[in-house]
Formats: sequence, structure tokens, C-alpha cells
Amino acid sequence: MEGPLALLVGCFFASAIYLMLSDSLIRILLGVTILANAVNLLIFTAGRIVKEVPPIIPEDAMVPPIATANPLPQALILTAIVISFSFFAFLLVLVFRTYQGLGTDKTGKMHMAEEPGDPVPPRGY
Amino acid sequence: MQESQIDWTFLVMAAPFLAAFVAPLLKRLLGSGASWILAAAPAAMFVYFLGLIAPVASGSVIANGFAWAPSLQINFSYRLDGLSLLFALLVSGIGTFILIYAGAYLKGHAHQGRFFSFILLFMGAMQGLVLADDFMTLFVFWELTSITSFLLIGFDHTREAARRAALQALVITAGGGLCLLAGLLMMTGLVGVHSMTEAIALGSSFAENPYYLPVLILLLGGAFTKSAQFPFHSWLANAMEAPTPVSAYLHSATMVKAGVYLLLRVHPFMGETVPWMTILPLFGGATLLAGTLLALRQTDLKLILAYTTVASLGLLVMLTGTSNETAILGALVYLLAHSLFKGGLFMMAGSVDHEAGTRDLRELGGLGLKMPVTFLSGLVLAWAMGGLFVTLGFFAKEAMYEGLLHGEGTTPVTLGVAVVGNGLMFAAAFAVGLLPFIGKRPENLSGAHEGPIGLWIGPLVLACLSVAGIVFAAFTQEALIGPTLAAVAGARPHPDLSYAIHVNEAFAASCVTWAIGILALLALRPVRRGLAASLDAIGWGPDRGFDQLVNGLTNGSAAVTRFIQNGDLERYLSITFTVLALALIVPLVVFGEWPHVPETFALAPHEWAVMGLAAVGLVAVIVAENRLTAIVSLGIQGFAVALIYMLFGAPDLSFTQFMVETLSVVILALVMTRLSLMTADRRNYFQRAKDGTIALACGIGTAALLIAVTNQPFDSRLSDFFAEHSRTIAHGRNIVNVIIVDFRGLDTLGEIAVVMITGLAILALLRFPAPWRPTRAVEEEK
Repeated sequence: MEGPLALLVGCFFASAIYLMLSDSLIRILLGVTILANAVNLLIFTAGRIVKEVPPIIPEDAMVPPIATANPLPQALILTAIVISFSFFAFLLVLVFRTYQGLGTDKTGKMHMAEEPGDPVPPRGY
Repeated sequence: MQESQIDWTFLVMAAPFLAAFVAPLLKRLLGSGASWILAAAPAAMFVYFLGLIAPVASGSVIANGFAWAPSLQINFSYRLDGLSLLFALLVSGIGTFILIYAGAYLKGHAHQGRFFSFILLFMGAMQGLVLADDFMTLFVFWELTSITSFLLIGFDHTREAARRAALQALVITAGGGLCLLAGLLMMTGLVGVHSMTEAIALGSSFAENPYYLPVLILLLGGAFTKSAQFPFHSWLANAMEAPTPVSAYLHSATMVKAGVYLLLRVHPFMGETVPWMTILPLFGGATLLAGTLLALRQTDLKLILAYTTVASLGLLVMLTGTSNETAILGALVYLLAHSLFKGGLFMMAGSVDHEAGTRDLRELGGLGLKMPVTFLSGLVLAWAMGGLFVTLGFFAKEAMYEGLLHGEGTTPVTLGVAVVGNGLMFAAAFAVGLLPFIGKRPENLSGAHEGPIGLWIGPLVLACLSVAGIVFAAFTQEALIGPTLAAVAGARPHPDLSYAIHVNEAFAASCVTWAIGILALLALRPVRRGLAASLDAIGWGPDRGFDQLVNGLTNGSAAVTRFIQNGDLERYLSITFTVLALALIVPLVVFGEWPHVPETFALAPHEWAVMGLAAVGLVAVIVAENRLTAIVSLGIQGFAVALIYMLFGAPDLSFTQFMVETLSVVILALVMTRLSLMTADRRNYFQRAKDGTIALACGIGTAALLIAVTNQPFDSRLSDFFAEHSRTIAHGRNIVNVIIVDFRGLDTLGEIAVVMITGLAILALLRFPAPWRPTRAVEEEK
């Protein structure tokens, strides 16, 4: 049952990482967004899959009468979705400001702190 | 170790540290005269140790201590036998004069109070070192001497040469200290011996222990670096950068003698073996010859003395290495004599420097009448150092030659090295003690005159003691040398210490020594020129080696940093994900746990459709050429994920995912319309292939791991717990919600905090204008 989802998770990871290896800020941002989904799906699948039965207890029972979906990964993912969203927003603004400030979106050209040709600090005792 | 009370010895050990604590305050209140009061501390210690001579001479060993870290079997303990007592007397006795001398020498120096503090700390460390019994106590004091000497050598810290010398001393001696620590830990951990007392009880049986040789080599690593044996001698000469009182103290009674002390201390259980009698004479002899040759090459009074110290230490190590009682007797008397004449000569050289303004031998001369007391002290001290009649040095030389001629464990080579080395040291002694005072006085020295009492009292007293030591031979023998010899060599022979001259083979060797010395002194200029030329021809020494080592370390670490942290995000990510891929795939393959992918998938057509949608979205993001395509396709994969949650029983997740994806797409669209960013892939085909391989490997690895995980039986205990209790305890029917707001409420609080902090950070980024400038590369591009 989990097989196809596992393969899909693999696709998500591969796409995310391929995008993140790029030298363009915006593609890295897209990659990070997909990576969040990839990780969430990974947790979801690892908690095993049950079709169409949400973990909700009926009015007249104290415990779920039939097997339901695993509630624990769902709770974890719920937290993760919100955090990854805020992370996405922060990264987006950071990309925006970096582009405004440095005038480039190529990561290879961002070296304000240390220019490649800067002289090394003096040696001595 | 039984619990014991604090006794007087502990207080005496603490005294220098307490004095160091109040020294700056006293200096502020009393000026440089504070030195006379501060000198009372070592003087009192000296008197206390004098009082212990009688019991120690009668053969008893005074020991005491208390548990320091009982769980590690570490004690703070001392052991006072003849050897410790001799060193304690030297440390405190010479320390007294050093303090008085420093009061006059550094008068008016802005940091004199600090200097008093440092030198008292150093004194305390040295005192503790020679008294320590427990190995860890010993090691702590040993390292404390390294650290305090670092502070003293670098005292004049505005000069680069002083900083370099201090660092070099620290690197070499503390590096040796680490060797010593390893050796001591082997003793405690593998041999089960925790203190010198226990080790001495082992006696010569320790030589059969399998750990004997490694322990010996490690201890020698500590002793040779501390006692500046060739090729670790360069720090000692450079330590001349320190103010003269420090040089005088470091070179006479302390620091450099610490290594010799350690060798003498471990001799009862480590000596008299083949490795001991091979390694020690080898290094000692080489150091003796190298030291004397380097000394004669110098023209600076202090440097000449520094290298003769190196030579003397070599001589002491060589003699200790013979394990021969008579030679060791010679070494002990020499040790005592050396402390007196070397401390005195250094102070004398400092006085000359202080008054004449130079200590270059070529610019000095004819000061004898101007500085009569200093001249007299210098002459007597040189006399003692040259081993001439009626001094301790004379007896020391006779005894060592006697031992080397007739004792065991020596070779003619050892004797020859000793004779040549002593002869050259004779020349160096008179070069320092005599030459500045005779001959024609240069014009610019006419203003020189005798310094204040503080400057000449130390050399004078030490010069007197060098003679008194042999005049009152009976006292020296019974009180000092005899008990020390008993502690080192085990036996209790009765050395015939006197100033009498016996005309025998040893005396003949002495005559040869003097002949060599006088010849070298007369031919000092040509000898110096020849040595200088040949040393320049070699052009390399341990001192330059140290620079090369330090530069090599700096360059090496710079290269490593440039390689690992080159600032290229692509490289960082490539390395990270390559490692991830390997970590995922390699263990699965190596341990044969690569999972079987099930051949049939029990999925309904609509489920296949949703998953296909997600895959299409992913591919579309990757190939998107413009902003709009990228945003829309990002949305597609996000909504597909939401649908997957929906299909597999997670409506809450689905709802949240829908909201978040919508928001993301909207925000992304808003921001990207303001940026003319191209989303197209700029990589060339080679890079794409490389990155694609890494990404694909990660994807396959993750999928395989996930399948392998889901093939395992599922442990549902935790999930069952929540299902069981969410209504009964927490009164909620939606189990996911109950977990979030109740069971794991604190996590949710953390999550909200994260969102809030991110919001603040975003606000900060947007509100304040960027103070950045475009990078040079970008400017050039424009």
C-alpha cells in the first residue's frame, strides 16, 4: 500500500534537491518549498497509510470503534506545515532583499564579506 | 591517603600565591620599595626550609596531603626529601634576591606591580613542582610554571620579539607538558602508581614493566623540553627577551632546572637501564657541545649566559644519564653551584646593562674601576663557573671527572665531551665576568658608575655563597648534598666534599679543561668569527624551524579553510547532498537490505490520478522558463499533496495544506512581479547531469529507505495511547487536534513562537533599508 507513495516521496526529494543545487536564488527557494512537502509526505507514509478513515471518535464512543488513520504523524505534520510556511516566507523576503541589495540572484557572485581577491590578514606574533 | 590537617608546609606552598595577590596593591602604596617587603615571603619560606634540614638530613621523608578528587584517586600531596629540599631552598633563596633586584631594576616601570605578581606566581608554581608527590599535583604545578613563564617572558608585550619568545616557550614547554601528562597517566592507569612515593617504592623492578619504555620516552619528552635540551633549546635563548630578573631566575634556580629535577626524581625507579644510559648521555652531550659553541658565537652578555645555561643543562642530563653515583654527586654539586653563579652572573650582566646602557661585549670595557663591587662579584662568579680552586664548581668538576674516569656507565666519549664542554664554558664565563671590566674604556661609557644597593647585593651575596659553599664543606655535604644524593641514587655514600686538591687523573682532566678554556678565551675573536661564519653557512636551526612550523600551521589552516569554506553555496550543497545520498544508499546495499519494490499497487484510478498530478507539477517546476509557469506549477504539486492527505484519512492536514499553498502562491506572485528574476535553468549540460545524478541518487535512496521502513512491522503503541485517551482524558473527539492542543501543547506553543519570530524577522528585513553595496563582481559586470 505504501509503495507508490514511497516512490512519489522519492520524486519529491529528487526534484527538490535538483532545484536546490542550482545557482539561482529563486530556484533554491522553489526547491526548499518542495523539500518541505517531501519531508511531510515522508513522515506521513512512514506512519502507515489507512484509506479514508480520519482519526475521529464518534459521538457515542470513548475510543475509535474501527481502525483509523494514524493520528500521530498527522499531528507532527500539522506543526511542520505551519513552520515550513513561515520559513518559506522568511526565505522569500530574504531573497527579495538580497536581490535588491546586491543586484544579483546568482549565489556564486555573493561574497560581500570576503571578496575572493582580498589580501590575507598579516602574519606575525 | 588519609585525611590530614593543613600543616605549615601547605601554608608555605601557598605563601607566594598570597603574596602575588597583594603585590600590585603594595606596589601602589609603597612604590618600588615594595620589593623589600615582598621579598619577605620567599625569605620566610627559605628560613622555614632551613629548619627542615635537620630532620631531612637524618633520613626522614616529610610527606602529607589530602584527597583532591577521591573518585579519580587524585590527591594534593607533597613529599619533602633531600632532593625536594635542595630545590626548595634554591627556589626560595634565590627568589628572595631576585625580588629585591627586580625592585631596583624595574624601578619606575609602569607595570612593576604586575611583574611582582607574575614572578611570585612563578615562584609558587616552581615551589609546588619540586614539593609535589601526587602525579596530578606535579602536573598542575608543572604546567603552571609553563604558563607563568609565558607571562614573564612576554612581559614586555609591546615588542614582537618578546611575544614570539613567549609563545615559543609556551608551545615547546607546554607541548612537553602534554607528553609528561601522557606518561603520568600511563603510570596511574596502566601501572597503577599514583605518586612519586609509590613509584620510588617500586624501585628498579619498574624497569621490567612492559610500559617502562613508553613511560620513559614520554617523561623525557617533558623533561627535555623544559630543560631546553637540543633540539628544543631555542626557547631558552629567546627567553632573554624577558627583563633581566626573569632571565636570572629562570636560568638559575627554576624552570630550566625543572626538567633536571624530574630526571633526578625518577632516577630511583627509571635509572640504571640501557635506554636511560643511552638516551640521556646522547641528548645531554649534544646539548652541552651545541650550547657552548652557540655561547661563544654571541657578543651579547645575556645571550652568552643563556647558551651556557643550555650547555650546563646538557652536562647535568649527561651526568644523570650515567647512573653513576660519583658522577651524579658531581651533577648535584654542579647544580647547586650553577644556581648560584648563573643567577649571580645574570644579575651582574643586568647591572652592567643598566649602568652602561649596552650589554654588547664589543662595546664594553674598562668598567672595573667605575663599578668595583660588580666587578668583584663578576670575577668571583666567573671563577666559580670556570671551576677554579676554592669554589663549589671546582669540587663539582673533580667529582664528575672522577665518576666519568672510574665509574660505571661511561665511555671515553662522555669524558671527552665533558672536558671540551667545560673548557669552552670556562671561556664563556670569563668573557662575561672579566672582559667588560678590563681593557680600554670606550668614550661613551664614562658616565657609568656603581648602581644602587638593590642591583649589586644579589650578585655579591651569590658570589660569596659560591665560595662559602666549599669553605663550609661539612655543612654543604651533610645538610644539602648528602640527603639529595640519598634521594637520587638511593645509597648513602659519604662524598668527601672539600676544597682540597688531589693530584690525580681527575685533576689532570681539569688542567686540560682550563687549558682549552684559556686558549679559547685568548682566541675569542677568531673563534667567534669562525663559529658565526659556519653557523651562517648552515643557515637553519630549531629557531627558524619554529617559525616554519608556525607559518606552516597558519598556511595549512588557511588552505583547509579555503577548501572547505570557500563561500560557494553550490559546493556546500553538492557535498551535503552527496553525503546524504551515500548515507542512504550505501548501508542498504552493504548490509543487503535493499527492499523489494512490490509489483502490484492496490490503488484506485483516482488515487493514481492525484499522484500523477503531483509528478506533473514537479516536472513543470523544474522546466519552467518564466515566473508564471513556475508559480502555477509549484501550486499544482502543493494542491496535489493536499489531495493525497485528503484521500488517506487526514482532512486536517489537507485543509491546512490548501490554505498554506494558496497563501504561498499569492505571496510568491506578489513578490515575483516586483523582481525581474528569471527562473530558467542557467546551468550547462555537464552541471545539470552532475546535479541530476546527485538529486536522483537522493530520491532513490529516500524511496528505498521508506519502503524498507514500511516493510517492517509497525509499532503502534504511541498512536494507540492517543486513540485510547483522547476522549477519556482530554475530552476531545478529533484525535489529531487533541494531540496538538493538549498532549503536545507545548510543541504547539513553540511552533507559534517560531511563526512569530519569523514574522518579526521579516518585518525587520522589510522595514529597514539595506546598508549593502553591490559586490565588486556585479559592479564589474555592469
